[in-house]
Amino acid sequence: MSHLLEVDSVTLRYKTPDSIITATDRVSFNVGSSDRFVLLGPSGCGKSTLLKAVGGYLIPEEGEIRIKGKPVRRPGADRMMVFQEFDQLLPWKTVLENVMFPLLVARKMPRKQAEERARAYVDKVHLGPFADSYTHTLSGGMKQRVAIARGMSMEPDILLMDEPFAALDALTRRQMQDELLQLWEDTRFTVMFVTHSIAEAIRVGNRILLLSPHPGEVKAEVSGVEAVSHEDGSAAALEQEIHDMLFSESNGGHA
Amino acid sequence: MGHATITLKQRAGADDEKKVVLVRELSLWQKLWNNTFLRKTAIIIILAIAWEIYGRVLDNSLLFPTLSDTIRSFFDSIGTGVLLDRAWTSIRVLLLGYIIGIVVAAVITILAISTRIGTDFLEVMTAMFNPLPAIALLPLALLWFGLGTTSIVFVLLHSVVWVVALNTQGGFLAVSHTLRMVGRNYELTGLRYVSKILIPAAFPSILTGLKIAWAFAWRTLIAAELVFGVASGKGGLGWYIFENRNLLNIPAVFAGLLTVIIIGLLVENFVFRLIEKKTVRRWGMQS
Repeated sequence: MSHLLEVDSVTLRYKTPDSIITATDRVSFNVGSSDRFVLLGPSGCGKSTLLKAVGGYLIPEEGEIRIKGKPVRRPGADRMMVFQEFDQLLPWKTVLENVMFPLLVARKMPRKQAEERARAYVDKVHLGPFADSYTHTLSGGMKQRVAIARGMSMEPDILLMDEPFAALDALTRRQMQDELLQLWEDTRFTVMFVTHSIAEAIRVGNRILLLSPHPGEVKAEVSGVEAVSHEDGSAAALEQEIHDMLFSESNGGHA
Repeated sequence: MGHATITLKQRAGADDEKKVVLVRELSLWQKLWNNTFLRKTAIIIILAIAWEIYGRVLDNSLLFPTLSDTIRSFFDSIGTGVLLDRAWTSIRVLLLGYIIGIVVAAVITILAISTRIGTDFLEVMTAMFNPLPAIALLPLALLWFGLGTTSIVFVLLHSVVWVVALNTQGGFLAVSHTLRMVGRNYELTGLRYVSKILIPAAFPSILTGLKIAWAFAWRTLIAAELVFGVASGKGGLGWYIFENRNLLNIPAVFAGLLTVIIIGLLVENFVFRLIEKKTVRRWGMQS
């Protein structure tokens, strides 16, 4: 059977003013429906680049990315992005209008219907009282919630999240991770999540793809992550194990 | 295993204790002094008094009429309808040049952001024409288009187009990478992308361009009217000033200058301020 998202030996390169950098080298993986798939690795492993390629912002030099069997060639609203940066929201629109915006322009939904759906998702992320606020009045965590609501309201094939909580303080970050899991329990959407925090990967994901840097290659895949728990220490043990694996790689070549 | 201790420190139900003052109101005087409008009004009043005193001491209305003479002349001219008529003539020509200028600037900017040669064109043209005062083109304009509104609109265009185009393009270039990616995520392309993402995101710069262009155009217009005065039998404010100087009616000259200032201030402080308040300030894009 075919998976929702297939990444098939994908090599990604990008240009800087004076060189061409290989971000990932023949990376393959599949994401199934309702997966919480995490790309984890140190900086330079090409995890964000890979996510942007799935988003359609970057065309693979080799290999192919397919969503529901169809090759990805350009950005599209079937793959909604949630970025790390707070300025992903449109400051000239209120919270509700921000969530409505893609429904109106990409889905061409009638205004009334778009507003109803947007309001439902704004309530889902606990921002009901702020629906008519402009985004500059919100805190960082609230801004990310708006971005998540905006992504989810489109009910895309897959939600692509690029270190969405990295710019938040530690307490807010924990809270947002729990809320994301709660939202997932409600609607079982498919999400691909990029992070460089092992703890976050274990908390958020059910499958983790470990990438090694320079160039990015698949190092290992962890599945059944939801089985570990924080009570019996198995989560901490997994965290240590992943840490050792990533650490040995970075020393391996030089020691 | 070690064990941490938690001791609660919050004072529960301490009603008898002094309440902590969370918010203290400023005194009335402090509030008034914090009001920019009031402070500026105070400065204007002081300047007006100084003018009146100087005018009276000098006692030479041919050189420097008093404020009261100027104001009397101002209201006389308004009463006869001359001043308002002249001002309206000026504003009409200005709006014509301003609006055509914005349209031309929009076309140039869209070309500039969609092709590389367009960018180069805009940059070369602005580099060349920006240092050239629009009024310097007036003799040529008179030669090409003759004595009339067309000549004035031509120089106004020159003072509007480049500054608006340059600011708009700068604003577009400064739109964050994330916002651009968001726009493409929603499958926006071409003019829809420009109108739904780029223009609102660059609005603070665009507005700055419009404000500068307005100021340039207003100065250029008055100067142009001073130089060749009557267009198609009807003069503007510049002509009014020139005409009254020839008649040695100096209070009226001052009244004309005052009108130029007042219209400039009104547009700056009410029209543009209102647009700012409704847009960039409300959106938190400008403090």
